[in-house]
Amino acid sequence: MQAKYLDKIIVTFVLELNKELITSEMSIDIQKIRSDFPILAEKIYNKPLVYFDNAATTQKPQVVLDKLIEVYTKYNSNIHRGVHFMSNKATVETEEARNVVQKFINANQSCEIIFARGATEGINLIAQSFGEKYIFENDEIIVSEMEHHSNLVPWQMMAQKKKAKVIKWEFTDAGELELDTLKNLITSKTKIIAVNHVSNSLGTINPVKEIIEIAHQHNIKVLIDGAQAVQHIKTDVQDMDCDFYVFSGHKIYGPTGIGVVYGKEHLLEEMPPYQGGGEMIENVSFEETTFNKLPFKFEAGTPNYADTIALAAAIKYISEIGIDNIAAYESELLHYGEGKLKNIPGLKFIGTAKNKTSVISFNIDGLHSYDVGMILDKMGIAVRTGTHCTEPVMIHYGITGTVRASFAFYNTKEEIDKLYDGLLKVVEMFA
Amino acid sequence: MSEVNKRQDEIVEEFSVFDDWMDRYSYLIDLGKELNALPEDKKSPQILIKGCQSQVWLSSELKDGKIYFEADSDAIITKGIVALLIRVTSGLEPQEIMNAELYFIDKIGLRENLSPTRSNGLVAMVKQMKMYGLAYHTKLNN
Repeated sequence: MQAKYLDKIIVTFVLELNKELITSEMSIDIQKIRSDFPILAEKIYNKPLVYFDNAATTQKPQVVLDKLIEVYTKYNSNIHRGVHFMSNKATVETEEARNVVQKFINANQSCEIIFARGATEGINLIAQSFGEKYIFENDEIIVSEMEHHSNLVPWQMMAQKKKAKVIKWEFTDAGELELDTLKNLITSKTKIIAVNHVSNSLGTINPVKEIIEIAHQHNIKVLIDGAQAVQHIKTDVQDMDCDFYVFSGHKIYGPTGIGVVYGKEHLLEEMPPYQGGGEMIENVSFEETTFNKLPFKFEAGTPNYADTIALAAAIKYISEIGIDNIAAYESELLHYGEGKLKNIPGLKFIGTAKNKTSVISFNIDGLHSYDVGMILDKMGIAVRTGTHCTEPVMIHYGITGTVRASFAFYNTKEEIDKLYDGLLKVVEMFA
Repeated sequence: MSEVNKRQDEIVEEFSVFDDWMDRYSYLIDLGKELNALPEDKKSPQILIKGCQSQVWLSSELKDGKIYFEADSDAIITKGIVALLIRVTSGLEPQEIMNAELYFIDKIGLRENLSPTRSNGLVAMVKQMKMYGLAYHTKLNN
């Protein structure tokens, strides 16, 4: 009896020791991080919130919320061209934010950073402006089959306008884009390739550097949709050598309504403005308008300076934690999650690429994703269900949707355990 | 009391015995499973109400001055609510359907299923039912 008791103590001790070892291996302090995000303490239907919808939008740390309040309580004033103190302060902070973004994605110059409403507006800007200048009748635009509608529809619209063609670059059933397939699609008519860095519905990390290298061998430009990448993996636009890169603020712990467009200076210089109005002009008369220099040429109207400044606060926050630490921890969550979820009877992963961010898309045999999501919601677990704005991906797999759990660095293995238990309950309820 | 409200109150009464969400949803799941599925050849694009979460098929027929609905959905919970909506509206006169105020969903705690943002096809289905009411009403009075 006593020996048995002793055994138990030893086992507990070893388990605790292991736990500590694992924790010490992780270079992020999860409890500290969770306390930085006030919303994570919220209860949903009287249950602790488990937020696994991070690919749709991320939660905001206190420093970002504080920054928004700081702007509006200390120096809210329309930026640029103001003569007074507060306008000057707001301008300095906004332009400093541009420098923060520049450093974050390692752009060569800050004038290559344009602020837009989000990644969607960013892609529309590039599609319209680049298309206006460089795309003509019968030209071809290669778009991958795994794009968010935001990186497909703007190109379809541009193609229609210019009588050009959108060419589909199909992915494999594992959810990977193959370079050989791309090589076969390239023709002398190809003008630009639009592809995501990371797929929002599959989590695939695409070989963007290789894609860009192939494209450039044929003098083809490349736009990378980084909306699902910058918050998870290190992004270096000069190293990958992309011509354009876009991302959204709200998916990287910043506010909604702000996004970033990176473009190589010489291209942005040659391209016509996207919208007209204030800020983007140099001189205006009724006879003629000359346009402002970069980046202001592409920022018509009063810029969203408050969210821009708060976006910089978000970027600084994650930079302090370290994007590599975030990537390592999230990869741990991904593998833990996949290892756990594969034990759910009838569960099938959608998207099994070798190189993935912390996104798990799945379906359970005989169950509709909406039903699964509804029941999980009742347990306080937030996942996304449906097509995730990637209908071509659903068509590829012949499905109507998936359940998507997407993890951020403030999520924990305990939360994944709750998802697992929740799914077991779902299976039982629909049996 | 109108027939439509009598039917709604019956449902509210039925649901009142459940004291937690799990019982409510389990019952809904049962209703969804029990509702006769539309045969595949009847699920034409003309009667499809496409939501980006789940889809609903709704067909109607006018018999002896009354509308009879048949419907289906690819999601079970949606189908359970579809079953309730049919129970409330089917076999009524067009005008009654047209003017019906459907309060039972709210009262049985399934409101979130009928919010416009859910895009599960249910909001559009209710609209469509009322459209049929209006269309048949106009037809019968011309």
